[in-house]
Amino acid sequence: MNASSTKAVSTGQGVWLVAERELSTRLRSKAYLISTGILLLIALAGVIWAGFSSSNSTATPIAATSATASALSEVDGYDVTEVADRDEATALVESGEVDAAVIDDASSATGLVIIADQEAPQSLLMALSATPEVELLNPDAASGPLRYLLGIGFGLVFMMSAMMFGMPVASSVVEEKQTRVVEILLSSIPARVLLAGKVVGNTILAISQIVLLAAVGSIGLIVTGQTGLLAGLGGPVIWFAVFFLFGFILLAAMFAAAGSMVSRQEDAGTTLTPVMYLTMIPYFLVIFFGDNPVVMTVLSYVPFSAPVGMPIRLFFNEAEWWEPLASLAIMLVACVLVILIGAKIYENSLLKMGARVKFREALRG
Amino acid sequence: MTSGTLQLTGVTKSYGTRRVLDDITFSVAAGHLTGFVGGNGAGKTTTMRIVLGLLASDGGSVTLGGAPLTADARRQFGYMPEERGLYPKMKVLEQVVYFARLHGFSKSDAMTRATALLEELGLGERLNDNIEALSLGNQQRAQIAASLVHDPEVLILDEPFSGLDPLAVDTVAGVLQERAARGVSVLFSSHQLDVVERLCDDLVIIAGGTIRAAGPRDQLREQHSAPRWELESSGDVGWLRDEQGVSVVDFEGGSAVFDADDPATAQRVLRRALEDGDISRFGPQHPTLAQIFKEVIQ
Repeated sequence: MNASSTKAVSTGQGVWLVAERELSTRLRSKAYLISTGILLLIALAGVIWAGFSSSNSTATPIAATSATASALSEVDGYDVTEVADRDEATALVESGEVDAAVIDDASSATGLVIIADQEAPQSLLMALSATPEVELLNPDAASGPLRYLLGIGFGLVFMMSAMMFGMPVASSVVEEKQTRVVEILLSSIPARVLLAGKVVGNTILAISQIVLLAAVGSIGLIVTGQTGLLAGLGGPVIWFAVFFLFGFILLAAMFAAAGSMVSRQEDAGTTLTPVMYLTMIPYFLVIFFGDNPVVMTVLSYVPFSAPVGMPIRLFFNEAEWWEPLASLAIMLVACVLVILIGAKIYENSLLKMGARVKFREALRG
Repeated sequence: MTSGTLQLTGVTKSYGTRRVLDDITFSVAAGHLTGFVGGNGAGKTTTMRIVLGLLASDGGSVTLGGAPLTADARRQFGYMPEERGLYPKMKVLEQVVYFARLHGFSKSDAMTRATALLEELGLGERLNDNIEALSLGNQQRAQIAASLVHDPEVLILDEPFSGLDPLAVDTVAGVLQERAARGVSVLFSSHQLDVVERLCDDLVIIAGGTIRAAGPRDQLREQHSAPRWELESSGDVGWLRDEQGVSVVDFEGGSAVFDADDPATAQRVLRRALEDGDISRFGPQHPTLAQIFKEVIQ
């Protein structure tokens, strides 16, 4: 026997060993690799599709008489075929060579008649109708679809990543409890080290996925020539990553605590549901109240929705420079509190087998 | 170097108002195999968890070599929990290496130790199989490897033999005896009283949360052996009933079990029996562990 050959691992080493096991287990799982691949493909496809649909929408073929052709030449997006008269125009529309024809007709109030097969192209009608000039007093506030899309984008990435990497934290905690590996683990390392290792391991996975997504997205934007959008998104995306890091640590600690309260995978649903809601609520709130400045301001400060709320406000220049820092500070405080409470629940519940551990019992020990 | 004696003194534990351990006092000597025997719910697992620091006791002390146990000292114990489990989707070798590294071994040391130990336990061919692909008996061997891989000075095993076939019992028993011979203190619980009886140097019997008997196996046997003799003869031994100082416990044709008031009486019975016929068996009867167990837990 040689006592000096065995000495306890340091906290750092222990955390890293646990994190390393989490990482290697995940990276070896086919399900994980496939779902990551699919996610990246979707992101790439989305960026490329957006690029194509905005840059080369094909011109609509129309026919026009010499009198109307000059009026149409000022409008973009039409491939004009000149015709001599109404009969020739009708023939072209009927044969399907053009989508519509614009001819001059003195009997029409506007002096123009549009001939189309079943329906006149809306854009053509708009282009030829007289629209009053619009003057916006508050042009920034209603940025419509982009705000909505950005909300869905950040919200979806946050929710999906939180689920994709939070659930495994819970299920690996339950697995260790169910198989009683946890008893052996706890006879070698403290519960806090085990918890920290799990959170660190899964956070590394989640963040690297976010970075990968951002990289794929940026490359896609550059390749499709949407550099303007990229420049505007850069800052908010970096802030999103920073907020996500702490937001995820917060959620991971909650997932671990929730997992530790049950002894079987089958029971995990009951304690995990509240945590799941916390990951979904920011997504829905941002989508539903995206154009409500008061709600958005509140959301950008609440730790669970800040990773989605703050980057959107930053993108539209609605937040002062100090606001993300203040929100981050709130997030850090919440992080420390939740980790302390989560660790307590985790330590108190790990060795309690059988029925679900009650919340109050888990807190008291 | 040995770690010294593991000593429990007056350990108590209650869950709510239910007292599950009451004044538990016994010791596990270095270099000895100590068997921990008791019925279901007697308090074996709770006691072991307290020794390991997985549970806090309500009172009493646990010392090693006279010094109170620190958390660091406990983390060097080897432990095999009663309800078995390792990570189902991890390879056998990887898993044992992981536990070795959690105990502070470098990656290469952990690998060497884990491989050697698994080979010793007869799992050399299965190193790269997932745990879930192994038979229950082999999973159990992997579990034992996990508790031994860091060369603990104190080994606490909860039911190490349950679920093993007789050959596997011998392999595991051999490994435990070899560890004890190197000075490790080994405490293990078991329901298989015959295995405990064969292997253990010391015994601890627990029932209803209290220690009913503790000490060296042979000493316990002597304490609990009544002055009982058995006799097997070719002739009829019916005359035993009328013999002075003898009370017959069991009697059938030529064989009998009887209590004698002193050894001289037993010898007198033997001489008398030889006059009647050939004696194929005569001697004092030792109680089995099962008999002692039943006697002390009542």
